Amino acid sequence: MASWEVVIGMEVHVQPRTRSKMFCGCAVSELGAPPNSHVCEICLGMPGVLPVINKAAVEACIKTALALECEIPAHTKFDRKNYMYPDLPKGYQISQYDLPMSVNGSLEVAGRKVRIRRVHLEEDTGKLIHAGDKLHRAWESYVDLNRAGVPLMEIVSEPDLRSADEARDYAVELRTLLRTIGASEADMEKGQLRAEPNISIRPAGSAELGVKTELKNINSFRALHRAILYEVDRQIQVLESGGAVVQETRGWSEAEQRTFSQRSKEFAEDYRYFPEPDLPPLQLDRAWIEELRSRLPEMPAARRRRLADVHGLAAADVALIGSDRELADLFEGAVAAGAPARPTANWIVGEVAPSGKMPSATNLAELVRQVAAGAITRDQGREVLVESVETGRSPAEIVAEHGFAQVSDEGELTVVAQAVMDANPKAVADYRAGKKQAIGALMADLSRRAPQANRKVASELLLKLLG
Amino acid sequence: MNELTSLTAVQAAKLLREGSTSAVELASAHADRIARLDPSVRAFLRLTPELWKEQAADADRRIKRGEAGPLTGIPIAVKDVLCVKGVETTAGSQILRGFRPPYTGTAVSRLIGAGAVILGVTNCDEFAMGSSTENSSYFPTRNPWDLERVPGGSSGGSAAAVAAGEAMISLGTDTGGSIRQPAALCGVVGMKPTYGRVSRYGLIAFASSLDQIGPFARSVDDAAITLSLMSGHDPLDATSSDRPALDVLNNYAGGVKGMRLGVPREYYDVKGIEPGVKAAVDSAIKVLRDAGAEIVDVTLPHTDYGLAAYYIIAPAECSSNLARFDGVRYGMAEPDAPNITDAYMKTRRRGFGSEVRRRVMLGTYALSSGYYDAYYLKAQKVRTLIKRDFDDAFTKCDAIISATSPTVAFPLGSRTQDPLSMYLCDVLTLGGNLAGLPGISVPCGRSEGLPVGLQVLGPQWGETVVLRVARAYEEASGKRAEVAHVG
Repeated sequence: MASWEVVIGMEVHVQPRTRSKMFCGCAVSELGAPPNSHVCEICLGMPGVLPVINKAAVEACIKTALALECEIPAHTKFDRKNYMYPDLPKGYQISQYDLPMSVNGSLEVAGRKVRIRRVHLEEDTGKLIHAGDKLHRAWESYVDLNRAGVPLMEIVSEPDLRSADEARDYAVELRTLLRTIGASEADMEKGQLRAEPNISIRPAGSAELGVKTELKNINSFRALHRAILYEVDRQIQVLESGGAVVQETRGWSEAEQRTFSQRSKEFAEDYRYFPEPDLPPLQLDRAWIEELRSRLPEMPAARRRRLADVHGLAAADVALIGSDRELADLFEGAVAAGAPARPTANWIVGEVAPSGKMPSATNLAELVRQVAAGAITRDQGREVLVESVETGRSPAEIVAEHGFAQVSDEGELTVVAQAVMDANPKAVADYRAGKKQAIGALMADLSRRAPQANRKVASELLLKLLG
Repeated sequence: MNELTSLTAVQAAKLLREGSTSAVELASAHADRIARLDPSVRAFLRLTPELWKEQAADADRRIKRGEAGPLTGIPIAVKDVLCVKGVETTAGSQILRGFRPPYTGTAVSRLIGAGAVILGVTNCDEFAMGSSTENSSYFPTRNPWDLERVPGGSSGGSAAAVAAGEAMISLGTDTGGSIRQPAALCGVVGMKPTYGRVSRYGLIAFASSLDQIGPFARSVDDAAITLSLMSGHDPLDATSSDRPALDVLNNYAGGVKGMRLGVPREYYDVKGIEPGVKAAVDSAIKVLRDAGAEIVDVTLPHTDYGLAAYYIIAPAECSSNLARFDGVRYGMAEPDAPNITDAYMKTRRRGFGSEVRRRVMLGTYALSSGYYDAYYLKAQKVRTLIKRDFDDAFTKCDAIISATSPTVAFPLGSRTQDPLSMYLCDVLTLGGNLAGLPGISVPCGRSEGLPVGLQVLGPQWGETVVLRVARAYEEASGKRAEVAHVG
């Protein structure tokens, strides 16, 4: 049996972070807003109305393109993609065809560069809600145009991905990048990031591309991974049983965990693209683009390299902290404030990230320093962190208020240790008779009597008194 | 004849300021004349008495307060493609029957802001597609000078209303000549501004890259004032220029002495030009020469291809612009269909007239995969060549003059069976649209007893030049637009 090579290109639609829609002043609605509550004559496609470009969407698109190391051509324009459907109020979608906002970029995924073909801007369509069922002839469809005209960036990769793992990692890395530069919240569950893989297979070693299918309806990174695995298997079975893959759009059914044929390209629409006459071609101000470039934060890949090389973090910690700009900022902020790197990473990975609640960098630094210096116990540290995040107060203040500070004073601890020995004559006798594990019982009693005792100092004292 | 309905806006504004008449009286006089004449002219589709009564009363209060502008209290009419909030606006089509926009377009809204009084909505070819107003899905409008003849189109209702004294000023739209040609055929002044001069927001689009809103009037001054009040950047229209609005106080009254006026030989000898039209243009040229202009020969070598390019580009854009009329959100709907595609087809087959369907099909074809390069792209290249023709011509002259229409008003029904002969009506005007230039038509005498129009075209943003030539001609020739004696 021949072995197959998997070839995947990704089309990702991302909703940039903007207050208003792509071509009108309507607010972008939250998920769950009442149907048709965020519409106006422009996004409803009423007669005589005209689109006007949202500069914030252009800015988000340019930032994304720059972060993906794309070229930004001198001229760009919008085009009309013509087709009639009830979720498309104007009968055309304003998109970009042959002069997109940007071309020829790349994204580094797991140390490998995936080429980006283009990043362009367009508008979203509305949503159809179907009610009833055909069987009972109670089929009705409703149109919700809240999403109609919401800006979308379409990020198209070259077919450079070779597995479901790589495709998922690409999508995750893209999300990290988009969040890092603030271009989008890129929440897949909220539909702010929609990944559509184009999948084909070919005999290993072949240079020719196989017939591809495009997958839609994918709502999570897990679904993306599974859908690709399923589709690759399906294509292998089709080819190995002597069939041919049909070029088509296939949907992913989360319920059935399989892909199904949605639309064959044989009946593909002719979209009759032509330049949008209502929007003059854009000549983007180069100075503005350079200003946006200069304001871009460090890219996630570069930051991860620094977390590993400069701060010496373990790979797992680098992956977690490096994929979240806020966590990475917190880490580096705390280290800059004097906290030791690895314990700081441990606190972030173990406590901050799971709770999802962010302390300030200076407060975290203070906390890590106190625990590392043995001023408070780790358990106390956790309590202090929670309270510090909730109230914003400094750990030192909280430690003082709760009397959490550990007792390390030998005079005080000697008194406690003597009391423990007096109360546990059997354990003392056992220890002295050579049963060294009896120290456990004595330490336990010491902790009960003096919870703030510095355990290290206390155990050294006990050993000394026991001789 | 009631004197109030034969005044120019400049004259009426003076009477209003002096208190010799009121906006209410002025509007009422026009309403009376409409009631009397419009059953035969049929310029209006709808009258808006509630609107004009309120606006006229407002205007009178404003005049009393001494806050009147040049159009305060002036009764106007608007073409059925311009959205007016709450007023049924249908683009002459059945598909929009009953549609009342919840917004007013920018140009109309600026005139309302200036105190103009809206008498009603005028008839036009369906979606402004036509040159005779016979493509209106309601009824044809008649030429006030000869009721058996067309008023031109597509803004025929607006032209006829001003010619008949039913409105002092009216608004039209010009995509290939739809203001200038009916102005010529009805013997009034009609002006198409530079593309981008007036906001298209609220104009039901026919061909977005060609459409412009402009005024009809009975004097060049009235047209200039109206245009200046409508012009200027509109944040709602990305194609509207951010140049300062046309300045009405700008002196365009300087005359033509020393100006070079180009006569393009392709326009002068255009195929099918009637001898009477040519004679009228010849005498207009003589008047301008006598007034001190230098007449120069110029050439627009790609003129022959203009009509073909226009009839690719305009239908291509319209096929897309008209896709929104699907019966789902407004206007006519035929929901009784087994599926959405059938519902679309049923709605559009019933809602659109034959000329609209023809152009939607032409445009859809021209944009189709495999044909795009041969048609749409080629037409855009021709458009560039035509622009270049004008650029070259304007290095040799300050403005271009020609007939507006090769013929005078033709009899109703004489061209409806032959779309190509109808398309030829625009042969002298559509170049100005393809190149985005300002143009005006002013009355320049008669042929066979019917009005002839002189077209003046200027370079981009050269409205002042165009108005200056038109006004100089109006003054030197003494051929002012008159009110027709109807019936």
